[in-house]
Amino acid sequence: MAAGPANTPTNVFTATSQKSFNQQLKKVYTWYTGGFVVFVIALAILERMGLPRNWIGYIFLLATVGLYAGIGVMSRTSDAAEYYVAGRRVPALFNGMATGADWMSAASFIGMAGTLYLTGYGGLAFIMGWTGGYCLVALFLAPYLRKFGQFTIPDFLGARYGGHIPRFIGIVAAILCSFTYVVAQIYGVGIITTRLTGVAFELGIFLGLGGILVCSFLGGMRAVTWTQVAQYIILIIAYLIPVVWLSVKHTGIPVPQLVYGKVLDKVTAREQQLIDDPKEKEVRAIFKARADDANAKIKGLPGSFDAEKAALAKRVDDLKAANAPEDQIRAAQEAAAKAPASVDAAKAAWTKDAGTAARAAPPLRHAEAYPGKDDAARDTSRRNFLALVFCLMVGTAALPHILMRYYTTPSVKEARESVFWSLFFIFLLYFTAPALAVLVKYDVYTLLVGSEFAKLPQWVASWSRVDPTLLSIVDVNRDGIVQLAEIAIGGDIVVLATPEIAGLPYVISGLVAAGGLAAALSTADGLLLTIANALSHDFYYKMLDPNAPTARRVMISKILLLVVALAAASVAAQKPADILFLVSAAFSLAAAAFFPALVLGIFWKRANKWGATLGMIAGLGITFYYMATTQPWLRSVFGVTSSIADNTWWGIAPIAAGLWGVPLGFIVIIIVSLLTPAPDRDTQDLVEHVRYPNLAGDTMSTVGT
Amino acid sequence: MQLTAKHREYWSKNLRITAFLLFIWFVVTFVMAYYARPLNEFNFFGWPFAFYMAAQGSLIIYVVIIWFYARYMNNLDREYDVHEGEE
Repeated sequence: MAAGPANTPTNVFTATSQKSFNQQLKKVYTWYTGGFVVFVIALAILERMGLPRNWIGYIFLLATVGLYAGIGVMSRTSDAAEYYVAGRRVPALFNGMATGADWMSAASFIGMAGTLYLTGYGGLAFIMGWTGGYCLVALFLAPYLRKFGQFTIPDFLGARYGGHIPRFIGIVAAILCSFTYVVAQIYGVGIITTRLTGVAFELGIFLGLGGILVCSFLGGMRAVTWTQVAQYIILIIAYLIPVVWLSVKHTGIPVPQLVYGKVLDKVTAREQQLIDDPKEKEVRAIFKARADDANAKIKGLPGSFDAEKAALAKRVDDLKAANAPEDQIRAAQEAAAKAPASVDAAKAAWTKDAGTAARAAPPLRHAEAYPGKDDAARDTSRRNFLALVFCLMVGTAALPHILMRYYTTPSVKEARESVFWSLFFIFLLYFTAPALAVLVKYDVYTLLVGSEFAKLPQWVASWSRVDPTLLSIVDVNRDGIVQLAEIAIGGDIVVLATPEIAGLPYVISGLVAAGGLAAALSTADGLLLTIANALSHDFYYKMLDPNAPTARRVMISKILLLVVALAAASVAAQKPADILFLVSAAFSLAAAAFFPALVLGIFWKRANKWGATLGMIAGLGITFYYMATTQPWLRSVFGVTSSIADNTWWGIAPIAAGLWGVPLGFIVIIIVSLLTPAPDRDTQDLVEHVRYPNLAGDTMSTVGT
Repeated sequence: MQLTAKHREYWSKNLRITAFLLFIWFVVTFVMAYYARPLNEFNFFGWPFAFYMAAQGSLIIYVVIIWFYARYMNNLDREYDVHEGEE
């Protein structure tokens, strides 16, 4: 065991050279950023000269994945401290960038602005939740975990609470939250690679996986850290360029974050017009009629199936008998031929039609907080908003792949500063996303709505051809003019199509896809390491074979990484449904499992092994139970038959189940700890040890090697 | 290991600043969001106020909270002589 972080045996840098290391890093990444900008400009020039679009896609994919792999090869290592915590010499600023990339996943990069577009104020729960959580990281965890200074989060649980049981629960919880999360990232990698180059989804997954593996397999945390810094730079450039351009288009000012308030004002005015517009009302009425009709038919099954079939056949006969024009007869025949072939098919088709009821509703007011038909509905909406913010925040401060990053800084002081840099770099993207949503909304509401079907903008035509689930516009009331209610839009298009909406060349679209890829890959890297380390370091080394030599530990970690990555990829290749729910569920589960035990472990000396063990089980248990009884997909998995309404407490949605788990975790830890003997002297000394960055006369050293 | 009175004072100062910053965090996050509907009546440079706070204002305050905590604690470490050796 080494005496302190500044002179661990593996740290070849002496006291002064941490500074020169920092300067060297700044130089390298400045050159790298410049080089990347030049690369994009060169591609733009090549595009002008006639480089085909799919070539641009291939070049972006190969250049960025090759770059990440190159960093992986350069940082390869088999030293434990390098492999698990990057040698503990990552300066605050760079650890901040790496955490930013680690944190911002495909969902943040591609999905967030879309969610804000679709849900307005309600979506801001994600913006607040995924940033405010860093206050908890800074105040309660990061500096203390850094002082403790081992390799994983279960390490802390094991040392603080003693014995294998708390550590084991930590391992299970870490894998549970990280695995679902990593499946979603790999799924995102597949989608983006497919968009960028047109290769098959499964091939896309394995191409991306290659990039992830070369990096983390060879160099562990060291390679992942330096790759994540590189990925952060790409993703933030890719996110900002199109928004700035769009802002110039609509406001003339290139700082969208400062000026979109005015645009929001115009959007709000336009919403009122669209709510009152008679043509919009006409389209909404058509959707309402369709949904009502479908509902009536579903109720009338199976009789309505025969009636429908007969009615369609009769219409063909009637038209023929009346000598109607040929095209009308043909249309009626086609309608009859397309009618559902069986009762089940009819039910499915009509259920889909009944779903159009959602489109019969007037547009949502973007800035309105907690919309609802009456006070009770508004109250439920507000409760869910607050509960979701709570779960996302506490979950942020409990996800092992994020907390682990604060083990890699050189000192407690830098760990504190590093949380600041982390949130600062995350903030750059998160305070831009709401601006992007408003700007795109303004564009759609003013330029697209009211335009003629014959003259749709270029981006609309190209995107509705690529993927109708992202964008489809049908002239429902046949007046030749686009009404807002006629547009069905998927959230992901907001980020993906912004370059085209803003009128930028295709190379920027490629850049945005590369940015999304960087976001997904960087998060997947961090998650895979967390899972592999929980298994190899915590389970194998700490619990099964404490005498294993370093080289074998690292080797086992690398093999497990490969196995976990392939397992995650094969799950992702099946395109599991409800993947989004699983990701948000990870926050509630992590919050309930880790947060109470970690925080009380540092702030309350009296917390003991049995308190923590039972508290973690209770918190995790109730959170999981609530989800399993109220979330449709989990209900079907566990065969829950009682009604959702009976199982719902206080109107809280399953996504915010951590609202029950976190307080219960705290209560159980406190009560059980008080009922059982206090922890021994050594454990209490450990708590003192982590509370002070440097304690005179403290001979304890917990820094792992 | 024996803690001196000075050490205890350091820790209680740490707890005090932590509680204070947590209180600000709580007000900005939960109290503001709870009253979002009435707060939205105010116009803030074009934004309805609650919308602005949730989309941008609270984020800026979070960044400042963490920045302040790091600065305060790094100074406190020196003042109470519990700081780490120079890098």
